[in-house]
Amino acid sequence: MSVFTPQPITQGAAGQSSATALPLRVRNLHKTFTLHVLGGKHVPAFHDVSFDAPAGGFLGIAGASGSGKSSLLKCIFRTYLADSGSVTWNLTDGSEIDLVQATDDEVLDIRRDEIGYVSQFLRPMPRVTAIDLAARPLVERGMERAEARERIADLFARVRLPRDLWDGLPILFSGGEQQRVNLVRALAVAPRLLLLDEPTASLSPDLQAEVVTLIGEARDRGTTLVGVMHDTDLLNRLSDQVIVLDQGRRVA
Amino acid sequence: MSAIATLPTEIVRHDHVASRNAEQIALKVENLEARYGRGCSACHELTGPEHSTNVCGQCGTVIACADVSFAVRAGRTLGIVGESGSGKTTVLRCLYGDLNPAGGTASLMTYEEGRANLFTASAQVRRRVRNFDMGMVYQHARDGLNLRISAGGNVAERLLAAEWRRVDQIRARAGHLLERMEIPRSRMDTPPSAFSGGMQQRVQIARALANGPAVVLLDEMTSGLDVSVQAGVLDLVLELQRTEGVAMVVVSHDLGVIRLLCERTMVMKNGRVVESGLTDQILEDPRHPYTQLLVSSVNA
Amino acid sequence: MNEAVVSEIPHDASRTQSGTHSGYSYAFLDELTKKSVRRAILKAVAVPGYQVPFGSTELPIARGWGTGGLQVTLSLIGPGDVLKVIDQGSDDSVNAVNIRQLVELTAPGVDTTAATEEATIIQTRHRIPEAPLHADQIMVFQVPLPEPLRVVERRESETRRMHAEADYGRIWVALYEDVVQHGRITRSAGYPVVVNGRHVMTPSPIPKWDVPRLHQAPFLSLFGAGREKRIYAVPPLTDVVPLAFDDYPFAIEDFDGAHCARCGSDDTFLVEVPQPDGSSVMSCSDESWCEARRTERGQS
Repeated sequence: MSVFTPQPITQGAAGQSSATALPLRVRNLHKTFTLHVLGGKHVPAFHDVSFDAPAGGFLGIAGASGSGKSSLLKCIFRTYLADSGSVTWNLTDGSEIDLVQATDDEVLDIRRDEIGYVSQFLRPMPRVTAIDLAARPLVERGMERAEARERIADLFARVRLPRDLWDGLPILFSGGEQQRVNLVRALAVAPRLLLLDEPTASLSPDLQAEVVTLIGEARDRGTTLVGVMHDTDLLNRLSDQVIVLDQGRRVA
Repeated sequence: MSAIATLPTEIVRHDHVASRNAEQIALKVENLEARYGRGCSACHELTGPEHSTNVCGQCGTVIACADVSFAVRAGRTLGIVGESGSGKTTVLRCLYGDLNPAGGTASLMTYEEGRANLFTASAQVRRRVRNFDMGMVYQHARDGLNLRISAGGNVAERLLAAEWRRVDQIRARAGHLLERMEIPRSRMDTPPSAFSGGMQQRVQIARALANGPAVVLLDEMTSGLDVSVQAGVLDLVLELQRTEGVAMVVVSHDLGVIRLLCERTMVMKNGRVVESGLTDQILEDPRHPYTQLLVSSVNA
Repeated sequence: MNEAVVSEIPHDASRTQSGTHSGYSYAFLDELTKKSVRRAILKAVAVPGYQVPFGSTELPIARGWGTGGLQVTLSLIGPGDVLKVIDQGSDDSVNAVNIRQLVELTAPGVDTTAATEEATIIQTRHRIPEAPLHADQIMVFQVPLPEPLRVVERRESETRRMHAEADYGRIWVALYEDVVQHGRITRSAGYPVVVNGRHVMTPSPIPKWDVPRLHQAPFLSLFGAGREKRIYAVPPLTDVVPLAFDDYPFAIEDFDGAHCARCGSDDTFLVEVPQPDGSSVMSCSDESWCEARRTERGQS
C-alpha cells in the first residue's frame, strides 16, 4: 500500500477482523506528572481514560481547559509517557502494537510510517524554507524532492498560504501561517492516524472552513482522526463521535 | 607470505549507502565504564548522580562513566546531553578509541557483524575499524584536523587510510564533500588554519564522512560558533542525516541542538545515564529530577 | 698479512692468538655484542621492514659514517667471506677504504674485493651495485634515518604506534599533497616502500633507480642505523612496493637517453661528474661496473 495514497483501512489485507475497523483502542490510560523541581508535587493529567477511534472517522475530545485533552493526545503520540494503560494501534500488516510499551525505535518507525501529529507550535529548522520543511516527511519516505514540493505547493494553495511565504523562513510567520504549514506537513503524507491539537485555533473562519474540508477528505480516505478543539461547535460539526473530559476523567 | 602480512578482513566495507539495511542496529554499547585510577570495590557505590560526584571517596579514582548502555540504528541519531563531568564526551572518546575503557562492550554491525567486542580487539584492528567505518567531529578543530595540510588533504587523509589509491578519485570525493559543506573548490587546497571556526567544523564534518562510515560521532560540534554559523552547520548535518544513512551520536550540552538533530536522547549526570527516551518525551515529559532541572533551566 | 690467519673458529681471537696484528676480538666486536646484533637481525628478518631497536656499540668510526651497517657486517662476517664496500657506487672513497681496512685488520680469513660478483657481503651507502646479485649474497645498507614517517611525525612514540597499527594515512597524504602541488611525486632518494604488504620502510637513501631491485630479490637485505640504533631487514623473495597511486605510479629516474662518458652504457644509474674545465659529464655511479664494461669494450 503506497503511503502517499492510502486505501481505506477496511480493504486490502487478508484476514481482516472487525477489530480493524477500530484501529486505535485506548484502555485505562493514566498519567500523572511528578514535578521534582517543586518538591515532588503530583499533577494529575488524566485518569482511567478509555475509548476507541474508528477508521474513516473523526473522534473529538472536548473539555474545559486543563481537563487533560492535549495531554491525552500527546500520550497517544508518545510525547508523554503514560503511567499505566494501553494504546493499541493496528499496523498495516494487521498486527497490533501497544504504543505505551513500544520501544523508542518502534515508536519512531510508527511516527514515520503511520501516525501524524499536528501541534499548535511549529518547530522551525535553521535555513529551511516553509515549503522544504513541509516537504521533508515526504522526502524522507523516498519521494523526489521536486514532486514533494509540488504536492506541498498544491496544499499550500488550498490553505491559502501566501505564495511569497513558501520560500520564506517559518520562524518569521504569524501563528496562523505557522499552523497552516504544520497542517500541510502532516496531511501531505496521508498518515493512517492523524492527531490534531487545536488545528484551527489561529485561523480565520474562512480558512477554518478550508481546513475542515481537508480534514473531511482525510476522513473519507479512511484516516483515523483524533482531535482536540476548544471551539465546541466546530468540534461537534467535525466529529463522528465526541468524548468529554472533566478534570482528567472521561465523563461522556 | 607470512601470516603477519594478512590484516583481518572481517570488516565489511559499504560502498553505497543504499545497501545498508535501515532496520539494523549499527552500534551497540553495553555497560561501558571508563575511569582514571585503579578503582576499588566501593567506586560504584560512592559515585554517581545520587552522590553528585565522579570521584570515589575511598580510593580517589574518577569514574568518568559507568553502566552506559545504548544502541543506535543506521540512519538514526542519538543525543547525549549533560553538563561537565557527565561523562558524555568520555563515551565518544572510548568509542573512537582515543580512550581505553575499563569495561563494557561495543559492537559495530560492520565489524564481525556485530558479534565481537571492539574494546577487546587489538589496537591494529581498532585502528582499521576506525579508519574504514567511523568518523568523529571534535569540539575543537585542532583536535580533529591537521591544520598544516590543505582542507582537501584533510579529507584525503581519511580516504588514504581507507586504502583509496587513485588521486583523481580521492580529489573528486574530497572536492564533492567539501562542496556539500559549502566550502568552494577554490579553497580546497588551502590549509584550514586560514578558515573561520564554522568553516573548520565543516571541514571536520566532510572528513568524518569521507570514508562512508557506518557511525559518526559529533562532540559539541557547535560550541564556540556564532549562533548564525551554528545554524548553517546544523542545517548541513540535518541534510546529511537524510542522505547518508549513518548512525550518529551527538554530544551536546545545548538542548536546542539535541532537539534539532536527535530523535532519541540520553541524559547523563556524574558518569551515569539518568534517563533516556524519545527526545520530545525527554524535553516535554522529563521524569528524572535532574532531567527536569536541566529542561526547566533552559528556555528551549 | 694472511700468514696470521688461524684455522680454528675464532671465538676469542685476542686470547687464542697472540700473533694477530690488532689484538682485538675477531672482526673487532666481541662475541656477545655480535650475538645481540644477530638476534636483532633475526627479529628483523622475522618481521620484514620492521625497525628492531638494538644496542648500537662504540666503533672507531664516528656516528653518521656507517656504524650501523658496519655492526651488521662485523656480526656476520667470518673466514671465507668476501667483502665489498661501496660509497655511492665508489669502492675508493675514504670511508669505503677505511672500513675495508678495519675488517682486514681484525678479521683474518676474510678477503675484500671491488668485484661485485665475487663478494658474499656487500656493504653500501646510497647504491645497489648494477651487477645482478644472487641468493648467496647479503646486501648491508648504511641508513642515516631509518624512520620513514619522521617527515610527517616528530614523535617516536607516535611513529611506533603508526607502524604497530598500520596507520599510514599521514605518509600517504604527504605524497598526495606532493602530487596536488607539483603534479607528480617529487620524492627521490629514500623513497618509502611497503614491505611484505605490511610495514612502511625507507630503503635507505638509494636512488629510485635501485628500489625495484629490492622487490622479490634473491638476496637478503639488511639495514643498519647506528646512530638511531635500529636494524631492519627484507628477506629474500619478499614484496617491496613503493608507495604510489594507481594514477601516479612509481617511476625510476629518466636520463633522457644520456650515455656514460666513460663506458658508453645507457642502462645504468648515471651521475654528473664535474670536469676540470668547469663542465660536467654523465658517468656510471657504479664505478666497478663501469670499469668492467670499459674492459669488455677494450677501452681501459
